Amino acid sequence: MKLVNAVFVASFMLLAGCKTKPTEAPPPPPTQTDNTGAVDNAAGSVDDTDAAGPSGELLSKRVIYFDFDRADIRADSQSVVAAHAQYLAKNPSQKVRLEGHADERGSREYNIGLGERRGQAVRRAILLQGVAEGQLSTVSYGEERPAVAGSDEQAYALNRRVEIVYLK
Amino acid sequence: MNVRMKKLATALLLAALGISGPALAQLQVTVTSGVTDPIPIAIVPFSRAVPADGGLDVAEVIQRDLESSGRFKGMARTDMLTKPTTFAEVDVAGWKQQRNDYVVVGRVTALASGDLTIESEVVNVLNGLRVAGPRWTGKPAFLRNGSHRIADAIYEKIIGVRGAFATRIAYISVDGQPPKQRFQLIVADADGFNPQVILEKDRPLMSPSWSPDGTMLAYVSFETKVSAVYVQNIYTKQRSRVSARAGINGAPTWSPDGKKLALTLSGSNGNLDIYLLDLTSQQLTRLTDDPGIDTEASFAPDGSAVYFTSDRPGSPQVYRVGLGGNERPKRVTFTGSYNARPRVSPDGKQLAVLTLDEGAYRVALQDLASGTVSVLSKGRQDESPSFAPNGAMVILAGRERGRGVLQTVSIDGQTSLRLNADAGEVREPVWGPYQK
Repeated sequence: MKLVNAVFVASFMLLAGCKTKPTEAPPPPPTQTDNTGAVDNAAGSVDDTDAAGPSGELLSKRVIYFDFDRADIRADSQSVVAAHAQYLAKNPSQKVRLEGHADERGSREYNIGLGERRGQAVRRAILLQGVAEGQLSTVSYGEERPAVAGSDEQAYALNRRVEIVYLK
Repeated sequence: MNVRMKKLATALLLAALGISGPALAQLQVTVTSGVTDPIPIAIVPFSRAVPADGGLDVAEVIQRDLESSGRFKGMARTDMLTKPTTFAEVDVAGWKQQRNDYVVVGRVTALASGDLTIESEVVNVLNGLRVAGPRWTGKPAFLRNGSHRIADAIYEKIIGVRGAFATRIAYISVDGQPPKQRFQLIVADADGFNPQVILEKDRPLMSPSWSPDGTMLAYVSFETKVSAVYVQNIYTKQRSRVSARAGINGAPTWSPDGKKLALTLSGSNGNLDIYLLDLTSQQLTRLTDDPGIDTEASFAPDGSAVYFTSDRPGSPQVYRVGLGGNERPKRVTFTGSYNARPRVSPDGKQLAVLTLDEGAYRVALQDLASGTVSVLSKGRQDESPSFAPNGAMVILAGRERGRGVLQTVSIDGQTSLRLNADAGEVREPVWGPYQK
């Protein structure tokens, strides 16, 4: 009986698949390596050894904080983002990874999305200053890598952030 | 309510824990509100097969399983006037006088082959008939699993729905303080016993999902500092990376036929959408295309549709998209400002979601036909609901005193069983399918 069901479901899936005409093919997926097990991130991990990066009053600040449920860069962080953007524009071989984070409230995978939104906000701000796309990568850890433990507003505020990580 | 029985049940549980002492060492029953009319049942201690049974109290395991469902109330052993082990020895009138509906008696015996057999007999005290006689034979190491299977059979005979006690759960365990933390992917029995580490990493592991046959887990690992989706055999521990594309690789869930994964990809531009990945051909099919966050896909049990979280209306809500080809997603949740991480019940009739309820994150059930919503959990930060394969219970994660804990809740919200970890915290439980 169970087998019969499984066969039925399997054939249903096949039928469902057949119904999708080639002309209705979905938009292309986000990368070009879709039939190869897609290892472009793995290649990325070769050159992502963390480095000390530049120093200086603004450049030594590597964490951008965000308000609750927001992904726009606050006024008090604009100068820090601008300083990193200028440094990266002047050093086109330097790469950074933008690590987006969320506080612990809500659903984990949705929070991955929120962290990514923050990382992308910083990425766009840096790109605006003439930095090459290839110098920037993003990763979102959502709520999985909090800066501090705790379930209060203070902890949440410190955990909603983007970390700028300089790579070797 | 019989408070004494509750206390005894808890005491029995703690005693059971002393015997096996695995990583999950604190397990307690909490009846969160009055159980409506649990069926009174007396599970008489079974005759033992010493020493082959390893000291396992089979009747106690069965009693705890049945009570954890909220549908049964076991009689305290101290109230039992006799301790029969066969149907012939059962004084039906006496058990009836002590207000039982059912009596279960049984025997554990060692076979010449070295295997053990559990023979049990279920007696309906109201009519004096032996209504079932579930048996199990297997290796002594699996006696506990055999006990769960007897409990499954008793549950099915009396309730009319297959029991889900002989099933397994997977979850993530986290030790240490950020940023130095250790993440483990663990598989354990549904009652928290026999935890086994499938994978251990010093970077986050998240979003485990069972294959429909219960042999594989899909999950997200950040072990290369960026996200990738892996599938791993829980027996051989062999694993393969199935998606490591630029940007986010997240939220994998298996299709009911086991051939595909639904997952979330973002590309380097950071727009999260849902895709289907054919595990054989590696072919990707895009399911959603929206500038908002689309994630947390979950298949309808017949494989005809996918439910997912989308914040396209401005806040996260659950949408459904049919897989017939070229279908437009339709919004499913309308109660409240936050509904995420949908999971469909095994009968396809209900949706478990994470909802914002009076300022707290709780698990709610939504009836898909009527739209009626009932809040199931009572914590402040509950998450990750997952249905038992019989649909009678939901396992979820919550926070208590700053630590992640797991609990099972009956779908009427009345009975909950909490599973606390020794150290660190546990999160993201997923209930596995029926075992063969």
